[in-house]
Amino acid sequence: MATRDLTAIELRDAIAERRIRSVEVVEEAFAQIDRLEPTVGAFISLFRDEALAKAQEVDRRIAAGEPVGALAGVPVAVKDVLCTSFGTTTCGSRILEHFHAPYDATAIRKLLDADAVIVGKTNMDEFAMGSSTENSALRKTVNPWAPDRVPGGSSGGSAAAVAARFCPVALGSDTGGSIRQPASFCGVVGLKPTYGRVSRYGLVAYGSSLDQIGPFGRTVADAALMLNVIAGHDPADSTSVDETVQPVPDYLDGINEPVKGLRIGVAPGFNAGAESSVCAAIDAALDVYRQAGAQIVEVEMPHLDYAIAAYYVIATAEASSNLARYDGVHYGYRTPDPADYVEVYSKSREEALGQEVKRRIMLGTYALSSGYYDAYYLKALKVRNLIRGDFVKAFEKCDAIVMPVAPTTAFRIGEKVDDPLKMYLGDIYTISANLAGIPGISVPCGLDENKLPIGLQVLTPAFSEARLLRIARMYEAATDWHTKKPAMVQ
Amino acid sequence: MNRTMSDISYEVIVGLEIHVQLCTKTKMFCGCALSFGQEANTRVCPVCLGLPGALPVMNRQAVEFALLAAMALHCEIAPFTKWDRKSYYYPDLPKNYQISQYDLPLGRHGYIEIPTEDGRTKRVRILRVHLEEDAGKNLHTAGNFSQVDLNRAGTPLLEIVTEPDMGSPAQVRALAVELQRIVRYLGVSEGDMQKGHMRFEPNINLAITRPDGQFRTPIVEVKNLNSFRALERSIAYEVQRQLDAFLETGVTLQMGNKSTRGWNDVDEVTVLQREKEEAHDYRYFPDPDLVPVTTTGQWLDEIRSRLCELPLARQTRYVAEYGLSDYDAGVLTAERPTADFFERALAAGGEPKRVCNLLTQVGLKLARERGGDLSCLGLDPVAVADLAKMVDAGTVSATAANTILEAMAATGKAPASLAEELNLIQTSDAGELEGIVDQVLAENAQAVQDVVAGSKKSKKARAFLLGQVIQKTKGQANPKVVSEILERKLH
Repeated sequence: MATRDLTAIELRDAIAERRIRSVEVVEEAFAQIDRLEPTVGAFISLFRDEALAKAQEVDRRIAAGEPVGALAGVPVAVKDVLCTSFGTTTCGSRILEHFHAPYDATAIRKLLDADAVIVGKTNMDEFAMGSSTENSALRKTVNPWAPDRVPGGSSGGSAAAVAARFCPVALGSDTGGSIRQPASFCGVVGLKPTYGRVSRYGLVAYGSSLDQIGPFGRTVADAALMLNVIAGHDPADSTSVDETVQPVPDYLDGINEPVKGLRIGVAPGFNAGAESSVCAAIDAALDVYRQAGAQIVEVEMPHLDYAIAAYYVIATAEASSNLARYDGVHYGYRTPDPADYVEVYSKSREEALGQEVKRRIMLGTYALSSGYYDAYYLKALKVRNLIRGDFVKAFEKCDAIVMPVAPTTAFRIGEKVDDPLKMYLGDIYTISANLAGIPGISVPCGLDENKLPIGLQVLTPAFSEARLLRIARMYEAATDWHTKKPAMVQ
Repeated sequence: MNRTMSDISYEVIVGLEIHVQLCTKTKMFCGCALSFGQEANTRVCPVCLGLPGALPVMNRQAVEFALLAAMALHCEIAPFTKWDRKSYYYPDLPKNYQISQYDLPLGRHGYIEIPTEDGRTKRVRILRVHLEEDAGKNLHTAGNFSQVDLNRAGTPLLEIVTEPDMGSPAQVRALAVELQRIVRYLGVSEGDMQKGHMRFEPNINLAITRPDGQFRTPIVEVKNLNSFRALERSIAYEVQRQLDAFLETGVTLQMGNKSTRGWNDVDEVTVLQREKEEAHDYRYFPDPDLVPVTTTGQWLDEIRSRLCELPLARQTRYVAEYGLSDYDAGVLTAERPTADFFERALAAGGEPKRVCNLLTQVGLKLARERGGDLSCLGLDPVAVADLAKMVDAGTVSATAANTILEAMAATGKAPASLAEELNLIQTSDAGELEGIVDQVLAENAQAVQDVVAGSKKSKKARAFLLGQVIQKTKGQANPKVVSEILERKLH
């Protein structure tokens, strides 16, 4: 078996036990990248030399009997929305195309401390705004399962990198589904942790109250391993949660133990609007849980219909403020010949921000404007509270809620680019977890008639990732969807 | 205050917005040290540069300083407050929003007592007190470009907004001075005007009464004044300018005709900056990167325990309790180390007036020479009280005491040993002095005659004889004892 088909845990153990060297693993990863990256386009930047140097260092330390970290020698890709003190941090935008961050994001620092080998930074929708990675100003990424289709987004590059066997695990960020939906489209596992579980320091902000960093992997256990590395309080992020209040467990501990007396909640009519293949896959998944002894219960989610509207007000409002700093004055792209300082702003932004980013800045600016604030932003916050309340109530009756990740499988490149509303409606199943701040996971649960992956979404209460992973693992252990490979890697 | 010009009278109305730079160890939302005069962009980090991905973390000390100031200004303290983003584009604002407090300021509805010209006090209401981060500085040095220095970006600023309760330029100045004294007393700001630690923005207009009715002139805000003098003069200038403008044009206060003017320090005039108040939409919303602040009772109690008697109250008490002049009391309470020292010396038994004289005539002069406050002299208040007691006991003269105090500051020795060392102990031994008095009387018959004759020269002659005795003892005779002996012998 090629090392590229091993999981992160398998690789880590093999390297630690000196059955294989990290250098070989990394070389093989780059061989795969060399072979398929021209088609897939997962990366914005690659760190071949640095990665090999790190792999050599890990091999040397293991040979010397020195202690190494939890990801020692394992190739990892990171979304280009995470600041790195090496290479560029572009966020898929022209305005940051040549931006070198002077510091590492906390999640990056933790990966490096765990001796992970960062192979490259992955493509994404500009500033994480999008559901197909088509909004990247710098690269085109395709779905490894079908090169005429999108990988999903906004973390499409990370999902595609894992699906294409460039690396076993990757980091993405999820503001409204940007980890779970591309995981679903690319047939891999994607986890959005609870808001506050992973430090956002160094994650370039889109919607600050919704953004959360999370892992991709090909197995639930690999996602758990990655969460082990990146979770925890960070004094540099006031919104990261105090570990004395919410301790960080070992997420791999007991991951294979089924949850006894499991109650799976489903909202009535939850799959209305989803494609029939998606509905069928979710129904089949519920049967898998039933067979594992779970009880399926109906839960009311009366305010879910308003989630998209609330999300696109809150996220864009925050984005309009978060993205104000890209102004051509301090760093990033500056228009070449401004007449005055106002033109430094207006032309730099006009020339270097994409259509979707501008659209969301406009929406958000409008929502925060005096006279509209109460009608839009404040109302959206109230809806958000109601949705939180829906989940709290629902979780009194069940341990986890199951629904599709997306109403469709991967759509064709260009299919929705001119219809932003249609694109937004694709976020219907993922957005509510961000609004409520709860964790959610996408696990491969089927292939549609076009052999495109379908994702099963599981949601649990805040800070219950350990249970969430166990529940997801129950499904994974009973099925083999996670072992299916795209044709191009077979 | 009413002023009259034949058939027209007017009242000056001023409200003040003050920004006070707090003297915290680090900036408002990051670990950078506060900066003044450093090389541009050397006191910066990803957070205060507003780099992508950087997040603010609240400086607890800044909040405590702000709460302390709000308490001293008798504000209601918000039990729950939060941080809001105020959006506007300007090159010195790296994030293009300022983290501030919008609808839940730390303190509101307070007041400050200020001294008035007639020696009484006046209460000026405080509308709100809130905390925010400062911006950087745009530098326009040469060429068709500007530079930005972000060393100052993120410095904690306390914004204090008063109600329009002041009626004269002098009152505004008095408030500014009093506020400076308060923040220094509390140790929350150095209040150094030269370093821009206090910046003032008065809002000024006039209420004019004429036989044909009552009128209000349009409100003018004068931006960014950083000296008491500029503050007072700009308001005085505005009063006259607004009066003239009203008489000439008749334009009165309306919605939207508030204007902004700057102060030209050289020509001493205000200059129009913005004609109409632009419809600023700052798009305030709660900063999602920061958690709200709950001011719990225990925390507030701890902060409240750091409150001290405010300078004006202390000054008034010194006059009433110790019989000091208002001037002396003002000097003693101008800086907290002086007043604290004074009170410790009193506690050690020093007589107030005596201690006051020592401190105001010698102590503060020496401190100024050394470029510090009284505490930089290393004096022990108990030793100063001892010195004051020596004067009262007649052991040393008041003049000698000043010399001794200087020597105490220079050597750190005790006043008694210095008095001996410097040969400054007065002779009060009546027996010893009597002999010298007899000798002087014998040598100056004419003067004795002038005294005894009770002529016009009597007073002068008596002083002459006293002087002769002091001289013969090389200044060590206690003048009081000598006078008594002279009095007795000459009757």
